[in-house]
Amino acid sequence: MLLGWESFQFQRHQINVSKEQFFFQHYGLTHKDLERYLAAALSAGGEYADLYFEYLTSTALMVDESMLKSASQGISAGCGVRVVAGERTGYAYTDDLSPQRILHAARTAALIASGPAKTPVVGYQEKQARSLYPVTLPSVDAEITAKVELVMRADKAARARDPRIKEVRASYSDELRNILVVASDGTFAEDSQPLARLNVSCIAKTKDGVSGRGNAGGGGRVALDFFFGEKNPEHFAKEAARQAILQLDAREAPAGEMEVVLGPGWPGVLLHEAVGHGLEADFNRKKTSAFAGLVGRRVASEKCTVVDNGTLPWRRGSLNVDDEGEPTQHTTLIEKGTLKGYLSDKLSARLMGIADTGNGRRESYEHIPMPRMTNTYMLPGDDDPQDIIRSVKHGVYAVNFGGGQVDITNGKFVFSASEAYLIEDGQITAPIKGATLIGNGPDVLTRVSMVGNDLRLDEGVGTCGKDGQAVPVGVGIPTIKIDRLTVGGTAKKEAGSFMQ
Amino acid sequence: MTDSTLEAQSPKLETDLKEIAADVVRRAMAGGATAAEAVVREGDEFSALVRLGQIETLKESGSKAIGVRVFFGQSAASTYSSDFSREGIECMVKSALELAKVTSEDPYGGIPEPSQLGSLPGDLDLYYEDVYSLPGAERIDYARRAEKAALDFDPRIKNSEGGSFDAATGHKVLANSHGFVGEYRRSYCSVAAVPIAQSEDGGMQRDYWFSVARSLSRLEPAEQVGKIAAQRTVRRLGARKAKTAQVPIVFDPMVANSILDHIFEGVNGDSVYRGASFLAGKLGQKIAGDNVTVIDDGTMPGGFGTSPFDGEGVPTRRTVVIENGVLKSYLLNTYTAKKLGLQTTANASRGLAGTPGIGPGNYFLQPGTKTPQQIIAGIGEGLYVTEFLGHGVNLVTGDYSRGASGLWISGGELTFPVEEITVAGNLKQMFFNISELGNDLEFRGAMACPTIRIDGLTVGGE
Repeated sequence: MLLGWESFQFQRHQINVSKEQFFFQHYGLTHKDLERYLAAALSAGGEYADLYFEYLTSTALMVDESMLKSASQGISAGCGVRVVAGERTGYAYTDDLSPQRILHAARTAALIASGPAKTPVVGYQEKQARSLYPVTLPSVDAEITAKVELVMRADKAARARDPRIKEVRASYSDELRNILVVASDGTFAEDSQPLARLNVSCIAKTKDGVSGRGNAGGGGRVALDFFFGEKNPEHFAKEAARQAILQLDAREAPAGEMEVVLGPGWPGVLLHEAVGHGLEADFNRKKTSAFAGLVGRRVASEKCTVVDNGTLPWRRGSLNVDDEGEPTQHTTLIEKGTLKGYLSDKLSARLMGIADTGNGRRESYEHIPMPRMTNTYMLPGDDDPQDIIRSVKHGVYAVNFGGGQVDITNGKFVFSASEAYLIEDGQITAPIKGATLIGNGPDVLTRVSMVGNDLRLDEGVGTCGKDGQAVPVGVGIPTIKIDRLTVGGTAKKEAGSFMQ
Repeated sequence: MTDSTLEAQSPKLETDLKEIAADVVRRAMAGGATAAEAVVREGDEFSALVRLGQIETLKESGSKAIGVRVFFGQSAASTYSSDFSREGIECMVKSALELAKVTSEDPYGGIPEPSQLGSLPGDLDLYYEDVYSLPGAERIDYARRAEKAALDFDPRIKNSEGGSFDAATGHKVLANSHGFVGEYRRSYCSVAAVPIAQSEDGGMQRDYWFSVARSLSRLEPAEQVGKIAAQRTVRRLGARKAKTAQVPIVFDPMVANSILDHIFEGVNGDSVYRGASFLAGKLGQKIAGDNVTVIDDGTMPGGFGTSPFDGEGVPTRRTVVIENGVLKSYLLNTYTAKKLGLQTTANASRGLAGTPGIGPGNYFLQPGTKTPQQIIAGIGEGLYVTEFLGHGVNLVTGDYSRGASGLWISGGELTFPVEEITVAGNLKQMFFNISELGNDLEFRGAMACPTIRIDGLTVGGE
C-alpha cells in the first residue's frame, strides 16, 4: 500500500483542517516541514519513521499543615524521531522545535539504518478519532483559584473527620498534553489529552503513639468540574482519614498460603501485575514472558474474562489514539479462562504478524514507544459478594492496595495490601496490617473460584512503570475469591491455623 | 526567517547557562520578588541495546530546561520551561510571580542565608569526557560483549533481554538572589547484561548485573559483567517455594541497599517534621544495634552522590546519621531544618519545579569484617535474599512486608533457589536485629551497603 511521494503531496490536502492543529498554529509547522523531517529520518535506508511532537503544560499544588506550601507550573515541549530498520530502532529527540534541531535529530535516528534512502512516504490518513475526553479547560491560569480551593477543602475535611488525624497532605495536579504523530506509513494523528488528579494522605496518631496512614485520590482525563461533583475533595478526604484511623487498630497479618478475597475496584492491580504485563507483545515476541506461546491455552478459571480497554470515556488510562497515532481498542486478553492475545504496538505487530491493538505508548517525546496497558479489568461474574465472603473459613479480605510489581520472566508478582481484614468462619473480623501478597501470574487466575457481580473501576490513581517510563493506567475488578495465595504477614501463633 | 538561514546555524549553539540563570533571578527580583532561585539543567544521553547479538535500539539526544522559584515575603511558587527564547523565559518568570500570590505565607519558607552558601573547592573528580570518547561502533561492541559473555557462560542461558551500554553527561547551574552562582558537570557510563536462563522443564529465570563509573577507564570489563549476570541468573533455575518460618535472613548487598534506603527515608527531614517517619523524634536515641553506623557524605571525590553544593547552593558535607546505633542526625534541607530548629545538612535536592526535597550524598552503612561466605557459614537454616519485589513498606508504622527470591541456606551453605515467598517484620526491630555486617561495601550508586544478616523476620511461603 505504498502510494509514493507524489500521492503524499496530493493527499495532504485531504487532511481535515478543522482539527485543532496545535503545532501548525503554535510553531508554524507546515506539511512541507513534516515531509522534510521524515525524508531525513529515512535518508539512510530505514523502513519506517515517525515523528512525535509533544507540548505539555502542567500544574501542581500541595497543601501541608493547612498551608498551600507549594505551587508550580511548567511547560515542556519537544519532538522525538524514531527510525525502524528490521528489528532495529534508532531514536533521537530535541526539546527545541526549530527545523534544524528536528532535522539533526532525524539524521541521528536515521543512522540506525545503513543503505540508500529508499522508502517513500505514503499519503497521510488521518485516523477516525474518538473524542473520549473533550477538552474544556479554558486555560491553566483561569482556574487556579478553584484548584486551590480543592486542596484546602480536602485538608479541612480530613482534619474534621477525627481528632486523631494529625497530619494531612492534599495535592492536586493536572496536565494538558497536545500531541501530533506523523509517520511514514501515512499515520497522521493529533490529540489533546487532559489528565487531572486529586490526592489526600493522612496520618493518624493515638495518645499512646500508635500511628496509621491513609491515602485516597482519584481523577482521570477530566476537567476541573469533575472534582466539584460526587468525587469532591470531601469524598477523598473522608476515605483517606477512614483508612488512617482503621490502621490504628490493625493486628498482625497472617503469613502463608490461604484463601484471599479481593474487594472490587483498585485491587484489579492484581490483573495488571499477574497477567497484564506478561501479555505485552514485546516480551512475547522476545519469548521472555512466562506467557510466551500460551495463546489458546487455559490460563484462568472459566469465570475469568479480562480485557484491556482504552476507549472508556474520561478514564485515566484511556486515549483517543495511542502514542503511535493508532486509535485505542477494547481488547480481550482472557476469555472465559482462555488466553486470546497480546497487547501490541506497531513494531511487535509487524514482527509477530499480529494486529496492532493500539497499545503503543510512551512517557514523553524523550522515550521510545512500547506496548503498554490502558484500562485493564475483569468482567463481572454471577456471584453475590456477600456469598463470596461467607464461603471463606479462614482467609484475608483485601480491599486497598499500595501497588505491585512483576518479574515478567518467571511470572512471580506481588501486590501490597494497605487495607485488609481477616475472614473467620465467613465473617469479616479484625483489620490487619499491610501485607504483601505474592503469586505466580500464569496460574493465579486458575484458582479464582468465585467472581462477583460488582465490577468496579479504580478512582483514577494508577501510574505504571516499565523500562523507566511512567504512563497513567486504570484497573478494575469485581469481588473475587482466590482459593490459595501466599500472604506475607508476620503473625505466628494466633494465626496457627493459617500455617499448614 | 527562511529555512536556509536556520540551517546555517550551528545545531551546537553554546550559551552561557550561568548568565541565563543569573538573568532569570534578576528578572524575578525586578518583577517584585523578595528572593529568587533559578536552576538550569542540561544533559546528553546515549544508549545502545544489543539483543542476541543484534542491535535493538540506539538512542542519542540532548536536552536542557530551566526552573525558577520565587518568594514574595514568605509565599513561594515555581515554574519551569524548556523554552529558552526571550519570550519563553519572560513568560516563565511572570507565571511564577503570579502563582506566588495564591500560596500561603509560611514562616519557615525562604532560601538559605548568604553565609550558608558556597561550593566545595577543587576538582571533585566528577566529569570525564571519555564517556563519549568511543566511536559509536565500539560503544555498541561494549554492549555486545557483555551480552555475549553471558550467553557463552552456560548452555542454559538461551535468551536475553540484552546487553547495554549507556553514557550521559549533565551540567547543572544554580543561581539565587543572594548572588550565588554555581555550576558543575558530571559524567556517567554503564554497561549491563540481562540474560535469561531456561531449565529442562521450560521454566525461565532472569537476572542482571552491571558496572557503572564516572569515567570509561574505570568501567569493569564487559565480559566480567556478563559473566556475573549469567551466574546470578543460572543459580535461580528450579526455584521453589519455602515453608513459612522464622529464620535468619542474609541480604546480598543489592537488596541490603533497599533496607538502608528505608533508614534514609526515615531520617528524611520532610517525613520527620510531619511525624510521618518511624524515626521521628528519636534524635539521640538508640534506634539500631551497636554495630550500625550510617554515614552520608556528599564530598567523596568521584562519588555517585558527590556534588560541590546541594540543590539550594549549600556546600555538601559529611554527616554521621547513625553512630553505633544512636541516631545522631536527620538529613535536612533549609526548610526542614528550620521546621525542626536545626541546621541544614546540605541534602537539598532540587528538580526543576516545586519545593526542594531531600536527597542522599554518598550514603552508606559502615562495613564489618566478615566475608559474605563467613556470614552464611554461621547459619543452620536460613534464607539468602537476592531480589525483592514490590514496595510493601509503611514508613509511618515501620511495618515491612515484601516479595522475595533467593537461595536457601542449609548447614552453612547456599543450597537450592527459592521464590514466591515474602519477608516480613517491622523496621523498628529490624535495625536492632542486624547481627552480622559483611566486609563487601562497594558503591554502584549513591547508596551502598555490605551484606547483612537480620534475625527475627518471618518468611511467608507454603
